[in-house]
Amino acid sequence: MAKMSGAQALLESLERENVDVIFGILGGAILPVYDALCGNKKIRHILARHEQCAAHEAEGYARASGRAGVCMATSGPGATNLVTGIANAYMDSSPIIALTGQIPSSGVNSSYMIGRDAFQEADIIGITTAITKYNYQPRTVAEVPVAVKSAFYLATTGRPGPVLIDLPKNVQAGIAEVEFTDKIDVGGYKLPPDPDLSKISEAADLIAKAERAIILAGGGAIIAGVSDELAQMSDLLMAPVATTFMGKGVFPENHPLSLGSIGMHGNPAANKLMGEADVLLAVGTRFSDRATANLDSFASHAKKIQLDIDAAEINKNIEVDVPIVADAKISMKMLYSAVSKKLQKGEGKAWTKHTKEVKEQLSPLLKDLPRDLLPKALLSELRKLLPESAIVTTEVGQNQMWSALYFQALKPRTFISSGGLGTMGFGFPAAIGAKVACPDRSVVDIAGDGSFIMSEQELACSVTENIPVVVIVLNNSVLGMVAQWQRMLYKRRYMAINLGKTPDFVKLAEAYGAQGKRVTSLEEFHKAVETALTSKITTVIDVPIGSENDVVPFVPPGCGLPQQKGDY
Amino acid sequence: MEVGKTKVISVLVENKPGVLHAIANLFRRRNFNIESITVGPTQQQDISRMTITINGDEKTIDQVVKQVAKLIDVFKVDELSLGNFVMRELALIKVYVPNSKERSDIINCVEVFRGRIIDVSTDCVTVEITGTPDKIDAFLNLMKTYGVIELARTGITALARGAKSIKIDE
Repeated sequence: MAKMSGAQALLESLERENVDVIFGILGGAILPVYDALCGNKKIRHILARHEQCAAHEAEGYARASGRAGVCMATSGPGATNLVTGIANAYMDSSPIIALTGQIPSSGVNSSYMIGRDAFQEADIIGITTAITKYNYQPRTVAEVPVAVKSAFYLATTGRPGPVLIDLPKNVQAGIAEVEFTDKIDVGGYKLPPDPDLSKISEAADLIAKAERAIILAGGGAIIAGVSDELAQMSDLLMAPVATTFMGKGVFPENHPLSLGSIGMHGNPAANKLMGEADVLLAVGTRFSDRATANLDSFASHAKKIQLDIDAAEINKNIEVDVPIVADAKISMKMLYSAVSKKLQKGEGKAWTKHTKEVKEQLSPLLKDLPRDLLPKALLSELRKLLPESAIVTTEVGQNQMWSALYFQALKPRTFISSGGLGTMGFGFPAAIGAKVACPDRSVVDIAGDGSFIMSEQELACSVTENIPVVVIVLNNSVLGMVAQWQRMLYKRRYMAINLGKTPDFVKLAEAYGAQGKRVTSLEEFHKAVETALTSKITTVIDVPIGSENDVVPFVPPGCGLPQQKGDY
Repeated sequence: MEVGKTKVISVLVENKPGVLHAIANLFRRRNFNIESITVGPTQQQDISRMTITINGDEKTIDQVVKQVAKLIDVFKVDELSLGNFVMRELALIKVYVPNSKERSDIINCVEVFRGRIIDVSTDCVTVEITGTPDKIDAFLNLMKTYGVIELARTGITALARGAKSIKIDE
């Protein structure tokens, strides 16, 4: 027990969770916490330039490191600005802790109290109920340590997700006897038990008898850390591994049995083979509409086995034959041991040979690469320039889908993108967060001009806080993905997609004290990236590309995965 | 349990602020429809029971149960299975009574349905009736011929039959 303020109790609690960095912006209702931070040697505060970006930075940190990221904002607009970032983390199951200031819950000035519509009051608990795993407003100083401990436990265990703690100013400033224990208060929250043995054996039977098995790994496979188990299983079965967009990197995409990602803009080989498989082993995927396309024709010839830690994901979008609700790591180990008792590792079946043929025939990266400044050439060039451990983030839109198709992710947690919410402006702050988590690794944001200008102000953050990242702007002067939809699905009736030739990204970067470089050939691109990777300062590389490049192939809305359209 | 296509689920939750909001919000966000919801304390002070009736097919109910179970403040959620539980609803019905002939007719009806008259004034009576929603519907239909001035129904509350209980520490 020690006498201290709620703000001090908060920081002490964060330190006990090994928090080394907070991304945030201050304001009136969170000042007691910032006062306590003043002089704190253990926690680094990084001043974001917009609260939404503080949340994305925390998420980039979390997804690169596997540890919870922390962001902080004041009450009212500070808190509501976090909302998009929190929703993004919720959709992609990322562990972030959002700390918000709140006006006092009690005090001397009764008109400045929760519920009276005081200055900068917003009901952030109500607002974020649907986009947090949990949110909580401590009403006393003594509750703070349990609230923080519980928040980290909830955010990082089971299916991870964002947790928000709303701190009334009187709770931050109040002084009380505070005790730090291992106690958590998480209501009815329980982690799933170990896998059901009968289901494991049912699944093993299906897999052992399969003629055309396929493995599909989602974002959950990255969270569960099952890269080795996937490789082991694939090797035993000589079965191809596809990922969802969120699963990119969990299985090295340069592996002979890797199919890349499935989906609306998935790898054609992956989409085709998904429709031919007779057994599907799905690991940590929620079968999002962008991954499955038309549900009825998704893996329609396959018996389906689904491993997921979240029981609610079973039969939500896709009906499965064998559901296994448990931690994927344990499930995969048990499944492997059960399958390996029934099956000898062989040379592979006709299916393995067929897989290779389909890949050779359809994989976009195995076709001739253009020498023009086209996304395909740029992104395969980028792969060659980056070490395997480099972290790539993307913005949202064409840049993101080109990255899905043409940038091979080789390790888990090296490809970070806004998959579920599709938040333009995510990639750059996420890159900053990832760089803070992994300062010794190169971090590159593959951006579009439309997305980058949504969080371009974080250049100030990256420059002043010495967080050098590389931004590659695939600059087509339009909002490219919606332009493509208007071109393909709305008879080229272009509306509101033109961005003009503004801003000048080189000058923009320089205005913030960063470096800007415009490239007009692959050779210049190569050189610019090489220089940027060794630079101590953030570099924005502006790559003008044509404004009518499509992301192809493409599964039109309503169609099944194999019905891809477009020459590529 | 099914009443027509309506199902009844019983939810034990932490008795604290915001829980009702979280549940109601979940139903709205997931596009589930609440027909009725009743909330009250249990024998344990810090735990409340919510009885929720919903309309939906098997797949929807499966999702409802799983999504509700995911909420941190929810300890337990069970779909009550057909025939294995008791349920009651309470209704207060204010009925127009133009004359004494009709008044005695209404009193007869109330007796048949084992209701009670809890308020009488010159031209109306207020009836309290408890039972299954079907029974209340039937009584209400009868009263409509006299003229229903006001109606308040509580929604269903329910418990599983026998010694079985929804336990928390399992």
